[in-house]
Amino acid sequence: MNFIKKWINTDAGKIPVVNTSLDWTDNFGTIKARLTFGRMNYKVEPGIYAVGNPNSDSFVFVSANYKMSFDVLRSNLSGIDAWILVLDTDGINVWCAAGKGTFGTKEIVNRIKITGLEKIVNNRRLIVPQLGAPGVSFYDVKKFSSFSVTYGPVRASDIPEFIKSGMKATEDMRKVRFTLYDRVVLIPAEIVLGKTYLIYAAFVMFVLSGLNKNGYSVSLIFDKGVLSILNVLIAFFAGAAISPLLLPWLPGRSFSLKGFFTGIIGFIISYYCGLTGNNALKIFAWFLLFSSAVSFLTMNFTGASTYTSLSGVKKEMKYAVPMQIAGAISGLLIWAIK
Amino acid sequence: MKEQIYLNNVVTLELDIDKCNGCMMCMTVCPHHVFESKNKKVEIINKDACMECGACEKNCAAKAITVRSGVGCAAGIIKGTLSGTEPCCGCGEKNKNKCC
Repeated sequence: MNFIKKWINTDAGKIPVVNTSLDWTDNFGTIKARLTFGRMNYKVEPGIYAVGNPNSDSFVFVSANYKMSFDVLRSNLSGIDAWILVLDTDGINVWCAAGKGTFGTKEIVNRIKITGLEKIVNNRRLIVPQLGAPGVSFYDVKKFSSFSVTYGPVRASDIPEFIKSGMKATEDMRKVRFTLYDRVVLIPAEIVLGKTYLIYAAFVMFVLSGLNKNGYSVSLIFDKGVLSILNVLIAFFAGAAISPLLLPWLPGRSFSLKGFFTGIIGFIISYYCGLTGNNALKIFAWFLLFSSAVSFLTMNFTGASTYTSLSGVKKEMKYAVPMQIAGAISGLLIWAIK
Repeated sequence: MKEQIYLNNVVTLELDIDKCNGCMMCMTVCPHHVFESKNKKVEIINKDACMECGACEKNCAAKAITVRSGVGCAAGIIKGTLSGTEPCCGCGEKNKNKCC
């Protein structure tokens, strides 16, 4: 393991001391995970780790066993002597795992027992990332273990400041953001994970492009099919990349409406590249296809966002999905007939 | 940048002010500053900012908060509808059969 500096002996056995700086293998791992390659198996062993030179009074930080979560934590602990208690979240990050409860009360209580944490530290405080709170009940942790939970800041980068101010988080440290940077790093995953839609759409358009009034023509596939696949690609990148980029500036609150507007952007690009043809009905068909497809793709970005609620997404889907289906089907019909 | 807010008037978050013991834990765990302290108790100041993560309910020892929490994820809702389960995030490709 590249991140283990050395091993120390404690009353609970040998504990690895980890680096607080990330090297190229860590950074390469992050890039790979961002591209979703091996992301579901990007794990560290659950258990206790050390940073710096901790003793029995040092802080205990809790983390998930997703390697990226662990890396973000340790890289923000330089100059701090601390223990890290890594929970088994099946390689899922803190917030998502907390939502499912795998980063949760039960796992904390069990992990304390399994690792023998009580033998290593005299203090009885766990610093749990705030985004772990959906899975953790502080009063139950106290009831079922001898430890009490202190919620640290949302971002590990605020930990040094949090400690300096005597375990006080400012209002800003408690708030989740969804900045341009936060959204940009999600785009590769949107593209890779959305590829199934891309393949289906390209296939449907390719096959349908052979249809004409007189039946089916294979030669048409190459005329119409290639153009239509370029349009599918534009629509896909509009939904997977332009929508995340422009999210706060797109009109409306619901993601499907925001995506409708990105769809229009995609349509305009296609129109000016001469990919929509020059028949008015056909252009209209492309308008319908672009707006409904990109609306759908953008709606799927709700899951990656940091502020959408289940009730809200259900509500928007109730009216958006029927409209997307109607738009796509009528667009396809007009396009196939013309 | 100004705060990003999702839809209005859909959130299921409820606060029973009579049960609130003023521990302010909900203010600590909420990632969207939905709560504010008032007269040694809390009040909901920005309900539409709530994303129903459930952290406040989970950490309210007085059981004053209720919220129907879950994943605000369209793909998860579609997946849940198709497989007849609760809305469930994908958890990537390997765990397709494992609901969260």
